[in-house]
Amino acid sequence: MKILVCVKQVPDTTEIKIDPVTNTLIRTGVPSIMNPFDAYAVEQALRLKEAAGGTVSVVSMGPPQAMSILTDALAMGADEAHLITDRRFGGSDTLATSYILSCAVRQLGPFDVILCGKQAIDGDTGQVGPEMAEHLGIAQVTYVSQLRPDGDRLEAVREHPDRQEILSVALPAVITVVKGEERPRFETIRGRLKANRQEIGILDREALPVEDEKIGLTGSPTKVKRTFTPERHAECVWVEGESAKDQAKALCQALSRAHVI
Amino acid sequence: MSGFVLTKDQRDLKRLAAEFGKQVMLPAAKEYDLLGETPLEIYKQAVEIGFASVTLPAEYGGLGLDMTTQCLLTEELSRWEAGITNALGASSLASKPIMIAGSPAQKQYAVDMIQSGHLAAFGLTEPDAGSDAAALKTTAVRRDGGYVLNGRKCFITNAPYASFFVIFAKTQKNIGTHGITAFLVEADRPGVSVGRHEDKMGLRLSAAADVILENVFVPEENRLGEEGKGFVIAMKTLDASRAEVAAAAVGIAQSALDQSVEYTKNRICFGKPISKLQAVQFMLADMEIQTQAARSLVYHAAELIDNGLPYGLMCAAAKCMAGDTAMKVTTDAVQIFSGYGYMRDYPIEKLMRDAKLFQIFEGTNQIQRVVVSGALLR
Amino acid sequence: MNKDNHQGIWVYIEHTAGHVQRVGLELLHAGRELKAVTGEELTAVVIADQTGDLAEQIKSYGADRILAVDCPQCKEYSTDAYTQLLYDLICEYHPSTVLVGATENGRDFAPRVACRLKTGLTADCTALGIDEETGDVAWTRPAFGGNLMATILCSNTRPQIGTVRPGVFRAEQVGTAAQVVRLEKNLPEQSIRTRIKELVHREGTPFRIGEADVIVSGGRGMKGPENFPMLQELAELLGGVVGASRAAVDSGWIDSSHQVGQTGSTVRPRLYIACGISGAIQHLAGMSGSDQIVAINQDPDAPIFKVAHYGLVGNLFEIVPALIQEIKAMQA
Repeated sequence: MKILVCVKQVPDTTEIKIDPVTNTLIRTGVPSIMNPFDAYAVEQALRLKEAAGGTVSVVSMGPPQAMSILTDALAMGADEAHLITDRRFGGSDTLATSYILSCAVRQLGPFDVILCGKQAIDGDTGQVGPEMAEHLGIAQVTYVSQLRPDGDRLEAVREHPDRQEILSVALPAVITVVKGEERPRFETIRGRLKANRQEIGILDREALPVEDEKIGLTGSPTKVKRTFTPERHAECVWVEGESAKDQAKALCQALSRAHVI
Repeated sequence: MSGFVLTKDQRDLKRLAAEFGKQVMLPAAKEYDLLGETPLEIYKQAVEIGFASVTLPAEYGGLGLDMTTQCLLTEELSRWEAGITNALGASSLASKPIMIAGSPAQKQYAVDMIQSGHLAAFGLTEPDAGSDAAALKTTAVRRDGGYVLNGRKCFITNAPYASFFVIFAKTQKNIGTHGITAFLVEADRPGVSVGRHEDKMGLRLSAAADVILENVFVPEENRLGEEGKGFVIAMKTLDASRAEVAAAAVGIAQSALDQSVEYTKNRICFGKPISKLQAVQFMLADMEIQTQAARSLVYHAAELIDNGLPYGLMCAAAKCMAGDTAMKVTTDAVQIFSGYGYMRDYPIEKLMRDAKLFQIFEGTNQIQRVVVSGALLR
Repeated sequence: MNKDNHQGIWVYIEHTAGHVQRVGLELLHAGRELKAVTGEELTAVVIADQTGDLAEQIKSYGADRILAVDCPQCKEYSTDAYTQLLYDLICEYHPSTVLVGATENGRDFAPRVACRLKTGLTADCTALGIDEETGDVAWTRPAFGGNLMATILCSNTRPQIGTVRPGVFRAEQVGTAAQVVRLEKNLPEQSIRTRIKELVHREGTPFRIGEADVIVSGGRGMKGPENFPMLQELAELLGGVVGASRAAVDSGWIDSSHQVGQTGSTVRPRLYIACGISGAIQHLAGMSGSDQIVAINQDPDAPIFKVAHYGLVGNLFEIVPALIQEIKAMQA
């Protein structure tokens, strides 16, 4: 089984802080990490390989620094890695990004299974996986927590808030994964030392048969009009008292006066 | 590596140790500290990552990395939980005499066992022979193409879980340390038993117990090196392992320091964080200075080992300094946390209990001073 | 592209097990707000094997028209069937705007529809408006874990499509009944490449924190799972449910279905009580729209107090039990 995992380098959004004076994001010093959902996708890929044999390739689209998360995936046990990088790919929205990725998949493939995280924690769109599947004209299952070979198909457990669907999907397929029971494995020391010496393939505009009008800003139907930091309202009424009991009493009175309780 | 400039490999491996320590080892600390047991699943997971393979020779399937890398990883793991780190270190300690004096078959056995998750133990100390190895009472008598061992070893780290032991026994009496020989003894040999699990003060995630040998027969191929060379093998082993032990002590000191810095910034007293008080600031400064000084000695010693230079004095100095520093810094940390520091609900008092053993085991710090002064006055 | 050829605001109505999901009704409200500016017709689209009863359920929620598509291949949701049917409808009727609930299914097939149409899709929106300059829909959505908001336009292609978070708008009945247009479609069986083998419902009643009227949430300050029953008791007294911050969920103290915030659910209950939650921005992103927010925290500088209407500084392990006593006394 030929397996591909798409991974993205993202800022660790839990470390992002807002400058209280300018009310803008402080991005400097924020560590870059592999998108956590993508790490789960790598884990699913390695498990699938252990169950069905084959190879695990990893691909990322981003600036040259994104190489480091590809090395991370190799250290976890992926077989090979490629970086899609070119200034001309910059400014791509999800439609253009998924188009470029689909071209890379065609170039590197064919693959039986393409895994992605359910969404990236910076953009939070969750669209690139399904749009890539559409560009490739193949099946998809999103929000998958478990995956196993099922003859010439795959069986996937798809998560909803109130239920799980156990699905069978024809291959090739794109699978987007949630954080399931199986946490991403630790890399091994041996894996890390090998990965640090492993060559990573580079795919730039010249190496990929993409149409220029479908990439970058030109190829992106959505445009960011403006960004802003969310407003935080409110005058907080401090409910004080000699004791916790007094505070509780005062709060109940206030809420009752406001007809909340 | 020179000084503290880490290579990319070393940086990445240190980060791996930090992730494993933080995500896996630390969460188990409290529960297993109360139990006084080694979380074997976590030990095995650490082995799978390769933390027990660092200095095992590459030709036998180990990682074959240098002592500097070993110390870096030991320090980092110990920063999160020193007991599990000590269990890993004890297996590594048991492998060392085999790597120093063993046959290729013995080396392969040890590497395969350790890398498949088996624990191992180093058996030198006896009830009446701690610092004074010449006083060993365990005997090994030649018989039928092998030896019969009798005796009792005590305070043996990993003993309750070990699959094999390296046992030091006397093959000849009345010639002091020259009569000592080293043996590889599998735990499942008839006559091998393990005593009561010791209820230790600290490092409770590594277990210690007596090892009792009653008419244990081992074939000749289980002897490590020549007869009478046991003491030299033991001393070489301890010389080399001291850097590693010292690194673990530095990890404990660093943990105490990190937690103290964080705590003083958040603990409000007299209307301001206690980090604003110069009395506290100076304590933190001293803790930092002492920890850094100990660390410098550790990596200096490791560098000497890695470069094939004489390292005995520096390893003893590092172990002594790091053990005393860990004790001092963790004691100060308890003082900074004051009441909370003394309570078992908070993680600080464990560091102090863990630190104490580093002034005692693998040669007490008095013995380290004997080694250092001996080298000076030679 | 001539944008004038595309007219009408569409709302896709999701349903499970014969019941319309609330988010579809919420989006009809959103659609009416857009309609108030653009004057376009508002259409609800419902796709099922039998849409009869579903169309009835949505009739009074403000749509001018309901496109009810009966397709025998739609007994259950599938990416392939729903993508094809919505795509075909859009090609036939060319609406200007399509709103889809940002649920698992909505976020599954909306991107495929958008990609097939080669148009833009804005995911997981939390506010909608009309851009004054261009007349396009201004889609506002959080990014960077709720630390940043972005307003996005899709100016050159139609339709403009967005998925919108459940809980952002309020479902609202209006008097008039929509006109129902029934359509029958059929798809080749082999065009559907997934098949559901089994459905496993989670134990107990489905827990939808987004629909709760009162939420009592716990965070890192709760110290451990053993302290959540106290929140449960308070929540039950107030007719509500228990929520949690990511810190509490990540520590394994409570199931992730309780999580409120950017990576959990967006909620806007009548009353939100935050206990031991410092108010990481990603949490605030999910609850700051609540009608009344009460925060209980030891640290008076905790960011949660910046969105709270009532702030109690103190030990929650004393305050929450006192609150329980007080409310019991009031109710007695």
